[in-house]
Amino acid sequence: MNKPASFANWKLFWKRWGVGLSVAGVIIAAIAYYYARSPQATEAVLASTLRQSVPLVLGALCGLLGERAAVINIGIEGQMLMAAFVGFLVNVYTGNLLLGVLAGIAVGALLGLLLAFMSVTLKIDQIIGGTVINILAIGLTGYFYKVGLSGHGKLNAIPLGPLAKIPLLGPVLFNNPPITYTAIILVFVVHYVLFYTPWGLRTRAVGEHPRAADTLGINVYLVRYVNVVVGGALAGLAGAYLSLEAVGSFERLMTNGRGFVALAVMIFGKWTPLGSWGAALLFGFASAIQTQLQFGGKVNIPPQFIGMLPYLLTIIVLAGFVGRARPPAADGIPYEKEG
Amino acid sequence: MAEPAKRTSGWPNVRRFVRSIAVPLGAVALALIIGAVIIELSGASALKAYEALAQGAFGNARGWQRTLEKSTPLIFSGLAVAFAFKAGLFNIGAQGQLLFGAITAAWVGFAVHGLPPGIHAAVALTAGAIAGGLYGAIPGALKTYTGAHEVITTIMLNYVAMGFTDYLANGPLKDTSPGNIVARTPKILPSATLPTWHWLPFGFVLAVAAAAITWWILRRTTLGFEIRTVGQNPHAARYAGMKVARTVILTMVLSALLAGIGGAVETQGVVKRYEPGFNANLGFDGITVALLGKTDPFGVIPAAMLLGAMRAGSNQMQFKAHVAQEITDVVQALMLFFVAADMIVRWLLRMRQAEEGEKITLSTGWGAQ
Repeated sequence: MNKPASFANWKLFWKRWGVGLSVAGVIIAAIAYYYARSPQATEAVLASTLRQSVPLVLGALCGLLGERAAVINIGIEGQMLMAAFVGFLVNVYTGNLLLGVLAGIAVGALLGLLLAFMSVTLKIDQIIGGTVINILAIGLTGYFYKVGLSGHGKLNAIPLGPLAKIPLLGPVLFNNPPITYTAIILVFVVHYVLFYTPWGLRTRAVGEHPRAADTLGINVYLVRYVNVVVGGALAGLAGAYLSLEAVGSFERLMTNGRGFVALAVMIFGKWTPLGSWGAALLFGFASAIQTQLQFGGKVNIPPQFIGMLPYLLTIIVLAGFVGRARPPAADGIPYEKEG
Repeated sequence: MAEPAKRTSGWPNVRRFVRSIAVPLGAVALALIIGAVIIELSGASALKAYEALAQGAFGNARGWQRTLEKSTPLIFSGLAVAFAFKAGLFNIGAQGQLLFGAITAAWVGFAVHGLPPGIHAAVALTAGAIAGGLYGAIPGALKTYTGAHEVITTIMLNYVAMGFTDYLANGPLKDTSPGNIVARTPKILPSATLPTWHWLPFGFVLAVAAAAITWWILRRTTLGFEIRTVGQNPHAARYAGMKVARTVILTMVLSALLAGIGGAVETQGVVKRYEPGFNANLGFDGITVALLGKTDPFGVIPAAMLLGAMRAGSNQMQFKAHVAQEITDVVQALMLFFVAADMIVRWLLRMRQAEEGEKITLSTGWGAQ
């Protein structure tokens, strides 16, 4: 009697995890193959994949926190840019990297507050509200940017003791700068908050059926405000990553569309933190491969075409997955209290 | 139904007009005031800055010409955004479409020989328009057939367009004359250039004509009626037997066509060749222009001229009042904010709040409609 049941269980298990396991298997096999052939290049590409994915996964977390509460945030790009700039400025004038990162987070949260004010309180069209933030960020960073400012260093990699000595895994996973570690932790934190806490349940209720949530005594506006502001803080951290961890300086328009790519990452990840992380790694890989192709010198493709890779990938992902993934039901619709 | 314009004559009309421009004017005033505060905070004189700005833009014939030249692509990109708005589409891709229009016009302008002056210019312009329009067909088709939201696809296509035109200007279409090391195409032939009469660029005349034609299409043709109906209620449009998918693609193509002409006019009238980076941000500026002009083709013209004047005078402002040109971007973002947040302006002006039908709504989620 036991046998068929366990067989059914196994079938169920395969149905649920089969695709994921197969993909993981293929990826691990590919990594092993390339690692055997050229360990150094493989390590470099994988480490770069993880780091390139950081601003994307943080941006995607920002986007999904907002959208789970039905606020579309198209201003992630602007929040990142502004945070990158202010974080850099604080570093220039205080010489303190941590203060710079905190300033970046604060600025991101502040712009999140502005977006929440526009979309929740004023009920402006959310896409226009986000566009306001983007244009504002381009203008303000351009106006206050002075050529020749130089920061004081950047956040360096912190090897995690003996873990960092493990071949392949060590240099890829356990020898990263702080924001990279933080981003990975945040993926799981947001996952936990969203699916295992009362706050997460409220957030999802507000995103799916705000009227019902309201009837149950959930403060719809408050939930939206908090989620968008916290999301903004995450976008701010992504900005700080760009100027204080990845480069150590600020350039005009340095976000380069990452805020928008992050939205595609979020959609590809079906509005879940873990899914977004996977999607962000895929995009990170596209960027990492880019550098390899550019400087590997094996293929003769114009650099401009290699540079288009992440953007083309975004379009393909959107075209292929938007119809199948279901956004929160109330996504993008301002909530009007009754009576 | 879909025709909100009530026909009244005489004084009520004037009052309606004043009321309709009160919000944009209030938004501009508020933005300028906050801009002044920012200038003062950064240690410069706002009055001096604005004075220098106005003088640079309108002080003499040369200033006027600069203002009109800067306004021209803004009118086109503003029209592109406004036109798509009418069908409920947010075309942030005017930038990329404009780039394709600009480089195609440049290519036809320098590579095609032996055409008489006027014809050559017209052919280059048409080629630019078609190139822009075709590039706009991509997000339109992606939206209708796969549901990919045009806001993200058009932005991604902007980056693709930047990369592609950059490649062309650096590779196949590069100016190979001795001494040139930068990425740019050769100069276009004189027969392909658009003239300037005294201080009036021909491109500006074209832009005004384009606004009139856009108005005519939207208000006086079946296509325009379909576009506005799809924009207001796609379900009703489908129920009424309209081909929503076709309308969406066609709207994107026509919108992108306008942006493409904008790029071609900039190439043929002002730059006389294609150079990467000369028209950065024109696409985003188009959004501000369109909303400032209340997404009305004729409203786009003064809105574009205002932004154009700010662009034209900003050099003088930087030179005379030592205020960085980018302040115009900040003021522009504030204008966009106050136009979108019109309730703030209405409250300040003690006007009644907007009714449901007057608001702009685009956020219908990411899925297909």
